[in-house]
Amino acid sequence: MTSALGLDRIQIIPFDNETRPPKARAIVRRPARVSARMEATVASSAEIHGLLKSPLDLATLVDAVPMGLALLDEDRRVVLFNRALEALTGFDRELVRGVPCRDVLRSSFCPQSCPALEAARSHQAAVRKGDIINRDRRRIPIRLTSLALRDAAGKPVGFLETVEDYSQRLRLGEGLEPAFGVELMIGRSPKMEELFRMIPVIAQTDSSVLITGETGTGKDLLAEALHRLSGRAREPFIKVNCGALPETLLESELFGHKKGAFTGAVADKPGRLRLAHGGSLYLTEIGDLPLPLQVKLLTFLDDRVVYPLGDTRGYAADVRIIAATNHQLEEMVREGRFRADLLFRLNVVRLHLAPLRERAGDAALLLSHFLARFSSRFQKKIRGFSDEARERLLVYAYPGNVRELRNIVEYAVNVCQEPVIGLEHLPVYLTEAGAKKDAPLSTGSTALLNPESEANGPVRWTEIEKRLIVNALIRAGGRRKEAADLLGWGRSTLWRKMKQYGLDS
Amino acid sequence: MVDKVLITIREEDVAPRFDLATEVLIVTLGTRGEVREQKTMVLPHASPEDLCQQILTEEVQTVICGGIEEEFHQYLTWKKRRVLDSVMGPWERALDRYRQGGLQAGAILYERVGTGYETDR
Repeated sequence: MTSALGLDRIQIIPFDNETRPPKARAIVRRPARVSARMEATVASSAEIHGLLKSPLDLATLVDAVPMGLALLDEDRRVVLFNRALEALTGFDRELVRGVPCRDVLRSSFCPQSCPALEAARSHQAAVRKGDIINRDRRRIPIRLTSLALRDAAGKPVGFLETVEDYSQRLRLGEGLEPAFGVELMIGRSPKMEELFRMIPVIAQTDSSVLITGETGTGKDLLAEALHRLSGRAREPFIKVNCGALPETLLESELFGHKKGAFTGAVADKPGRLRLAHGGSLYLTEIGDLPLPLQVKLLTFLDDRVVYPLGDTRGYAADVRIIAATNHQLEEMVREGRFRADLLFRLNVVRLHLAPLRERAGDAALLLSHFLARFSSRFQKKIRGFSDEARERLLVYAYPGNVRELRNIVEYAVNVCQEPVIGLEHLPVYLTEAGAKKDAPLSTGSTALLNPESEANGPVRWTEIEKRLIVNALIRAGGRRKEAADLLGWGRSTLWRKMKQYGLDS
Repeated sequence: MVDKVLITIREEDVAPRFDLATEVLIVTLGTRGEVREQKTMVLPHASPEDLCQQILTEEVQTVICGGIEEEFHQYLTWKKRRVLDSVMGPWERALDRYRQGGLQAGAILYERVGTGYETDR
């Protein structure tokens, strides 16, 4: 396969007509005296000659493809990954070179039916839908297409795989294209209508955006909508939770590092900012960004150059920054916990998401919307809410905002075995607490206390705390992370206390 | 102290996904890292919940696996189990590396001659 001059010829034969001679023949030029086993090493620095006037750099070419793309060798080991697939899987392409693709993609269909094997057997593209678990331990729905690359004799010499992130399509497929709203956000209150008018305009600019709003108001959805409606929609949208990682890890995650920069830095890592090149970087919980990193982010916003840890070289990155927080950043600036200059740079465009209690009429719309969504998902034929249930749901204060409303409807649809959701199908805390509009609205722990239980006379703190945890868990639909957020606790605190009160079984 | 290790396996390798694993290896290691007991269990079906339960029932201290969802990772960590995830490569090599005290999450243990990664990491 390798000539004395180090020139290889790779023929791409159309899978629909093998007998037809290929129209184009690409010559991949590699350094001379490179052994066949070294192919993978040079693949990322290979050039394609003979297609256009000037040689094309293969890595640049595959990086320009806006969907995940992998080139595998005949043993289905990774030869080349493009940037989109790196962003999707979270794996550094340099590090996973030579690793079987099943270990890197980790798709749900790999164990049963390998699409590459099918493509090799059938002489046709093999398509699979399923999910992957990426390096961040996130399950992502995907659609994968595998094509066998063959030599002149028709023998498979490698595979080309494209991987599409299907999460957005799945959500749209659930009938979520809203009549009143933008992308996946819905509402018809004056505050939301004003916001929806602004979104397409703001999306078209490259200015940094700061999204503010209470927990559960849809900050993530808004950030995604801004990206999808922008000219960067086909480029990566990368989310980083500034509160989820310790400072040192977060720095490496955001800005990348050079091999050997610190113990354990076994390879170069590009960092999320560079991975988001051409697209948008969404920094959620920006208020939790440590002060030293605030300075580094500030520098990036000024000159748009990323300096990885331990690297003296800078890398230009064309990235739009979208940040979100539920904290009062101005207050944090006064307390010296957030840099004023960073706030000014992020605050170029500020979008505020109103809490549900200020969105007149939206609760009813959202109730119908989520009822239709969950009825369809759980294959139930539920027509609507009874008058009492609807009334109770409409007067409730929703301190957890849209997320809490969604969880309540999800719970009710799960529990309800009748055509209409009644009071008895709602979570107990709604029917017991006599939830009213004037209920405490803070998202802190006190909002979760049941006012009636407090009125029953003195009770032990342990009882109150236990009740508080149960209420938070119900509101969060059983999701411990969200329950911990509602309580204003760390996840480990919640788990420790759940164990203490025997709520962990 | 005795250490009980569970490795999710698929043929000769660490299974790429925790939730799809149908075979596990449970190894009891002695104080000096020697193998005291080793057994393979074939699970009736792939279920991450059942596997978590199995880990608790068997009083496993360390789990070596491939990709695992955050939910199960957090659960096992909360239950004070050490989880070394995203391990790629032959399970025997993973076990050897663990016994030597050098296995980390994200370790790639395949031999990759000619890729610039001749040594595993």
